Amino acid sequence: MRSIAVVGASLAGLRAVEELRTQGFDGRITVIGEEPHRPYDRPPLSKAYLTGTCATEDLRLADAADTDELAAEWHLGVRADSLDPAARSVRLSDGTEVVADGIVIATGGRARPLPGAEGLAGVHTLRTLDDAVALRADLDASTAGVVVIGAGWIGAEVASTCRTLGLPVTVVEASTTPLARVLGATMGAHCAALHTDHGADLRTGAGVASLTSTGFGPWKRVTGVVLDDGTHLPADVVVVGIGMRPNTEWLAGSGLPVDNGVLCDAGCVTAFPSVVAVGDVARYHGPDGPVRHEHWSNASEQPAVAVRNLLAGTTIQEYHSSGYFWSDQYGTRLQVAGHPAGADEVTVVDGSPHDRRFVAEYRRAGTAVGVLAMNNPKQFGRLRRQLRAGAVPA
Amino acid sequence: MIPVCAVADLPDGEAVRIPGEVPIAVFNAGGEIYAIDDTCSHQDASLSEGWLEGCFVECPLHAASFDLRTGMPTGAPAKKPVRTHEVTIQDGVIHVVPQNQEAVV
Ligand SMILES: Cc1cc2nc3c(=O)[nH]c(=O)nc-3n(C[C@H](O)[C@H](O)[C@H](O)COP(=O)(O)OP(=O)(O)OC[C@H]3O[C@@H](n4cnc5c(N)ncnc54)[C@H](O)[C@@H]3O)c2cc1C
Ligand code: FES
Repeated sequence: MRSIAVVGASLAGLRAVEELRTQGFDGRITVIGEEPHRPYDRPPLSKAYLTGTCATEDLRLADAADTDELAAEWHLGVRADSLDPAARSVRLSDGTEVVADGIVIATGGRARPLPGAEGLAGVHTLRTLDDAVALRADLDASTAGVVVIGAGWIGAEVASTCRTLGLPVTVVEASTTPLARVLGATMGAHCAALHTDHGADLRTGAGVASLTSTGFGPWKRVTGVVLDDGTHLPADVVVVGIGMRPNTEWLAGSGLPVDNGVLCDAGCVTAFPSVVAVGDVARYHGPDGPVRHEHWSNASEQPAVAVRNLLAGTTIQEYHSSGYFWSDQYGTRLQVAGHPAGADEVTVVDGSPHDRRFVAEYRRAGTAVGVLAMNNPKQFGRLRRQLRAGAVPA
Repeated sequence: MIPVCAVADLPDGEAVRIPGEVPIAVFNAGGEIYAIDDTCSHQDASLSEGWLEGCFVECPLHAASFDLRTGMPTGAPAKKPVRTHEVTIQDGVIHVVPQNQEAVV
């Protein structure tokens, strides 16, 4: 293998380039990234970056010296439009063609928009740096307050940030308990209580019927959110946090199986041994079937395995996810490891949810499968390690 | 020079955090006492809450590992070192000499 193209220049793409060099690949590396920016870190976008305590430079995942050392060719602000694995060719939106022996797909995902809200000023999703800049500008000008649609991780973090900025916030969540799908109803409720602790108005079991607006054409601007029960929540900023969709459209016609992500084997290798997928876009074969993770540590750790298999030309190593992610809300740090969603028993093993400082262990048929901690990194670290040590390799 | 605690009160594998403008973390790693900046050089985590393995501490947030002897990170995501501080033991009590104050004197 003498040349490799990495499509997607964010966390997983950058880590793939780093791993290629670490693992001794000295051929040509071409990186293609749709955003004009050098790789930057997304987690601070909903937190410190949005409050203004972290600057754009602080988001950089690699400085100039790091990138120079990687000796890769960067095509930024250009999209990959199609892939032909047999011809080893990636066609770009500027008309160029990149031919490479190996391909790393790291195209991540984009925020799911609220249907019907397209082009309505004041309505935001948050996935990119540009999104964060635009949202911040609207928050600075907000007088009527903010409605956050969706009390998932990103929605909760944005709501928390808006409270820090002193804005009135209503959080609208369709399910009866936020985060219950991941953490179970009890722990979901403990996490959701952070909203009410800090003066955000949390409406659960509430569907969005429509958005109200003023003006017309390009001057149309949101004025509020109407719920299914007819309630009108006034707002001049609406943030939609209802999940993401993997960026796979550019793979249409490539012959690569795609189904809610790029399907790959346990080692992140696709149907073509010369094509691997990493990060948020990769739906790899996990212990319980195909799975896709949407968190930072996965995008950071998966490339080591994928690159090893790409360079070997076959799957010689499988990826085992630690399931680790964190979220910062209202000055509280939440940390999760393993796979709590599969548990049938949850026990608080240290501290107390009412003190907003605890660790809970999730078990399935008596075996530890996950850990959740609130403001308790030390105990979390201990249990997370036990979990890893006890885990039966799939 | 900041008195921390009695050597006997900091068992092997444990850490204490000295609060302050620049908080410092003090570790007992296999009987050796080390002091480094408590705040991870990557983002916003307290290294005294990290996992101690030999004379390396792993950050509790994104798992960057720092050498307690030099403050150097062993790899991603941290790139910058954390400062190390001098430790002296007097009459069984651990004292830390913060590096920046030293420079001022
Ligand atoms: C606001 C926010 C906060 C978050 N907070 C946390 C957190 O606290 N904890 C946590 O664990 N995780 C968090 N995450 C998740 C974490 O950031 C993601 O898991 C991680 O960014 C995934 O990296 P990735 O490289 O796979 O994909 P992405 O970061 O989505 O990057 C994909 C890149 O590919 C580019 N691209 C897409 N299609 C093409 C194409 N056809 N051609 C060229 N380029 C293309 C995109 O423009 C993008 O730059 C957060 C995410 C967001 C958005
Ligand atoms: S904050 Fe320590 S590694 Fe990120």
